[in-house]
Amino acid sequence: MASGTELTPTSYMSHHLTNLTSSLGEGAFWTLHVDTLAMSILLGVISFGFLWWVVRGATSGVPGKRQAFVELAIEFIDEQVKSTFHGDRHKFVAPTALTVFVWVLMMNAMDLLPIDIMAAVYEVLGLHNWRSVPTTDINTTFALALSVWLLMIFFNIKVKGLGGWIHELVCTPFGKNPILWPVNILFNVVEYVSKPLSHSLRLYGNIYAGEIIFLLIGMWAATGLAGTLFGTLLGAGWAIFHILIITLQAFIFMMLTVVYLSMAHESH
Amino acid sequence: MNINFTLFSQAMAFAIFIWFTVKFVWPPLMRAIENRQKTIADGLAAGERGKQELELASHRSADVVREAKQRAADIVAQAEKRAAEIVEEAKNVARDEGSRILVGAKAEVEQEVFRARETLRQHVADLALAGAAKILHREVDAKTHADLLASIKTEL
Repeated sequence: MASGTELTPTSYMSHHLTNLTSSLGEGAFWTLHVDTLAMSILLGVISFGFLWWVVRGATSGVPGKRQAFVELAIEFIDEQVKSTFHGDRHKFVAPTALTVFVWVLMMNAMDLLPIDIMAAVYEVLGLHNWRSVPTTDINTTFALALSVWLLMIFFNIKVKGLGGWIHELVCTPFGKNPILWPVNILFNVVEYVSKPLSHSLRLYGNIYAGEIIFLLIGMWAATGLAGTLFGTLLGAGWAIFHILIITLQAFIFMMLTVVYLSMAHESH
Repeated sequence: MNINFTLFSQAMAFAIFIWFTVKFVWPPLMRAIENRQKTIADGLAAGERGKQELELASHRSADVVREAKQRAADIVAQAEKRAAEIVEEAKNVARDEGSRILVGAKAEVEQEVFRARETLRQHVADLALAGAAKILHREVDAKTHADLLASIKTEL
C-alpha cells in the first residue's frame, strides 16, 4: 500500500516487489538488499538456533516430542543423502543438505505470510519497502547455487586432485581420443554453466511466480466486496497449493545440492 | 533481476549456517540417534538371547524331570525288590526257627515219654511189689529182696 500517491495496479505491484536497499559504494553492484539479508539471517538464526537448542538437550534415551520432530526431519534428510551420496556423509554433505533444506524451506514459507498485512506491519516499523521472502530475490538463490557450485569444484579437486579433475573435464563423457577433447570441454563447460543457473533459477522462478500470483489475487480487493471475498477464496486455495510448492522446491534444491556434491565425489 | 552485493552477503550467511550445522547441529543429534539405535539393537539381541536361554532352560528342566522320574522308578523298583528279599529272608528264618523248635519239642516229648515210662515202670514195680506183699501176706523187706525187685523191674 503505497502511501500518499494514488494506488494503481502497477504501483501496488512495484511496491511489493521493491527491496529496501542500502548503498555501500559507487555503482549498482555495491547495493545491499537489506530486507533480503535481514530476513534470511533472522530465519536462519531462528531455525538453526531452534535445532541447536533441541540438539543440545538431545537424549539417546526416549526422545521428547520436540526432539522426535527434529530427529524425524534429520533422519528424512539423512535417508535422502544416504541413497545418493556414497561416502562419509556425516562429515559434510548431510549437514549441508540439512542446512539447505531447512533454510530454503523457511525462506520459502515466508511467502505464506499475507503480503498486505505484513506490508502494513512493516510500514508501522518504518520500513516502507520490505520484501519478506528472501528466495524471491535472485541474489539469494544465486548465492546458494554458486556456493554449492564452488563446493562442487572444491570437492572435485579435493577428491580427484587438480590433474584428475582436468582429466575428467577433457576426457569425459565422450572418450580419451584427442579429437574428442574440444567436444568434451565444450560439453563440460555447458554443464558447469547450466548447473548453477538451473539450480538457482528453478527456485527463484517458482517462488517469485508464487508471490506474483498472491499479488494478482490481492488485487481482487480493489473490485469491491464480492471481489474481495472471491479473492480470499482464491488466496486460500493458492496458499494451500503453495505449501506443496515451497516444500517441494526446498526439497528439490536440497536434492540437487546433494546430487551435485556426490557427483563431485565420484570419478567417471 | 539485479545482481548485487546481496549475493555475497547471502553466500557468507549460507557458509556460516553450513558451518554451524556441520559443527553444532548434526553431530550431537546423530550421536544421540546412533546411541539409541545401539541401545535398541542391544535390547533386541538381549531379548533374543533371553528367549534362547529360556528354551535351553526348558529343555534342561525337561531332562532333569525325566531323569528324576527315571530315578524314582528305579528306587521304587529297588525298594520292591528289597522288600521281596526281606520277606523271603524272613520266611527262611521262620522256617529254620520253626524246624529248630520242632526238633527241640520232639526231643522234649521223647524225654517226657522216657520219663513217664520210667515213672510208670516205678509205679508198676511198686504195684507189683505191693501185689506180691499182699499175696505173701507179709511184708517184703525191700532191702533184703532188693536183688529180686531189681530183676523184676528190669523185666517189666
